[in-house]
Amino acid sequence: MAEHSTAEAERPTAVQARPRPGPAKYLLRLVVLVYLVLLVAWPVALVGRNAFANGLTDLRGILDDPDVVHALRLTITVAVTAVVINTVFGVGISLLLVRYEFPGKRLLNALLDIPLSVSPIVVGLALVLVYGGRGGWFGPTLENVGFQVIFATPGIVLATVFVALPLVIREVVPVLQEVGDEQEQAARSLGANAIQTFRRITLPTIKWGVVYGVVLSLARSLGEFGAVKVVSGNVLGQTRTATLVVEEKYLNFDKGGAYATALLLTLVAVAAIIVVSVIRPKEQR
Amino acid sequence: MSIEIANVTKRFGEFVALDDVSVSIPSGQLTALLGPSGGGKSTLLRIIAGLEQADSGRVQIEGLDATNLPPQRRNVGFVFQHYAAFKHLSVRRNVAFGLEIRRRPKAEIRSRVDDLLALVHLEQFADRLPSQLSGGQRQRMALARALAVQPTVLLLDEPFGALDAKVRKELRDWLRRLHDEVHVTTVFVTHDQEEALEVADEIVVINDGRIEQIGSPDELYDRPANDFVMRFLGPVTQLGDRLVRPHDVQILPADGHEPGATTGRITRITRVGFEIRIEITADDQVIAATLTRNEFLALHLQLDTTVRVRIAPEIQAGTVAVDSGPNLPATTAVT
Repeated sequence: MAEHSTAEAERPTAVQARPRPGPAKYLLRLVVLVYLVLLVAWPVALVGRNAFANGLTDLRGILDDPDVVHALRLTITVAVTAVVINTVFGVGISLLLVRYEFPGKRLLNALLDIPLSVSPIVVGLALVLVYGGRGGWFGPTLENVGFQVIFATPGIVLATVFVALPLVIREVVPVLQEVGDEQEQAARSLGANAIQTFRRITLPTIKWGVVYGVVLSLARSLGEFGAVKVVSGNVLGQTRTATLVVEEKYLNFDKGGAYATALLLTLVAVAAIIVVSVIRPKEQR
Repeated sequence: MSIEIANVTKRFGEFVALDDVSVSIPSGQLTALLGPSGGGKSTLLRIIAGLEQADSGRVQIEGLDATNLPPQRRNVGFVFQHYAAFKHLSVRRNVAFGLEIRRRPKAEIRSRVDDLLALVHLEQFADRLPSQLSGGQRQRMALARALAVQPTVLLLDEPFGALDAKVRKELRDWLRRLHDEVHVTTVFVTHDQEEALEVADEIVVINDGRIEQIGSPDELYDRPANDFVMRFLGPVTQLGDRLVRPHDVQILPADGHEPGATTGRITRITRVGFEIRIEITADDQVIAATLTRNEFLALHLQLDTTVRVRIAPEIQAGTVAVDSGPNLPATTAVT
């Protein structure tokens, strides 16, 4: 997104050097296309088709079921909360990682990848160990002051924040690295304090990184299953989220209901990604 | 004196960027910090701006002790080598930035920005984004942006380093004229001795974290304090045990009797435009000399001609003894 003054001169030669697409290139495109259709597009489309297998009955069925509606609401509440938390901390940690030198920086960097590499169900178990109301390491203390974490909404938010933690950071860090800190220094020398510099210069520069990170986090948060299943307790009408509804309905042979709920989850995530990719090119040159 | 730097030292890890540097930079003038890359000149500029903190020493700007002030309270304008344009803001908003931060009335901002855009000849580009400007235009925008806040001092860090040779020459010229109009105390960093000699009122030569010499362009060129300054400010050649500029080498016919001349043979003649570069091989050294075309033709020189060379007698200064290292006391020699 940033044009490098030095790279500008090299751009025309790079365009000239690109060879015309030969048969090998077309074959490669075909392979990629078939692969993506078989693995992603076709299965997702089938979910949609199955959701409408009985017309609109299944969709209407789940929207009329107060427990499912509650589950959808809970999912959205949890996802939005988790995204807000992850965005604020994500931007903060990104700035810390890129702009400052401190001991333990590499360790922090490695730690941030754990949520992506550890299975969500392990995350769930780990959280129960710390915040569990009975045997937890920290949980009983919290419960004594009237704050229940595990088997309640805070636990679900916590688990969701954990699994989606690195997504904003991994989008924002490369952008911060690429733009460098000269613009910020220029703003400081023109009289802007730290907050003004962040609001007027840093934030607009990393805007698209943040937006992409938010969309990815949102999609991830809506769809989280494993960690949430462990910490929520899966209580109908209380702590059962949309993904848990899908599983429950599927196991109880209510396939129509399962597909309809799954479709709703998919649509929200896909819609977010489409909206971003539609508005993004307009903003860029 | 406008900027007083006293005993400033700055280390980056093991590397000593500035070693106990003290210098006074005069008000209202254009001062160049000249030196090779990594010599500490940019670090000194950034310490004046507050973008870098000195490990020890003090910085005073117009009588105000700025040593511990953050950059936004020093009222300095800073221009970066790579422009540091705010990419998401139009040219007008870029220039207006400092005024908007200071919450000036809209009408005042508007008229001041218009004046500045006219000053840097960018009126018709006011609504473009920086990415739609050429490098030279971007740097002029950055200058207008720095001047907008009416800084006490204007600091430029290799301002023309990223531009091509032709634009660089134009902007250099333009900066000199701009300074004659605006008169703000200006300090710029460069490693290009021609740029410094052409633009600056005063030059501070910095090398290895130390100041080698301070003076006007003429003083530095004619009376270099040591071997380093002599070599850095222009071409040099060695004649006997003295360093001399090639254009101060006088070529004489072989049959003369002038005192102090060395006999040698012409081994190379290169013509670059109006200038003729000649290499003369004497006993154990190769001496370079430059002549104008007319001088060259008048002397009837050819390859393998035997000639006598000496340092032109009218050059009273401008040569130094070869062995005076950059860190030794200056031994300005008179021939």
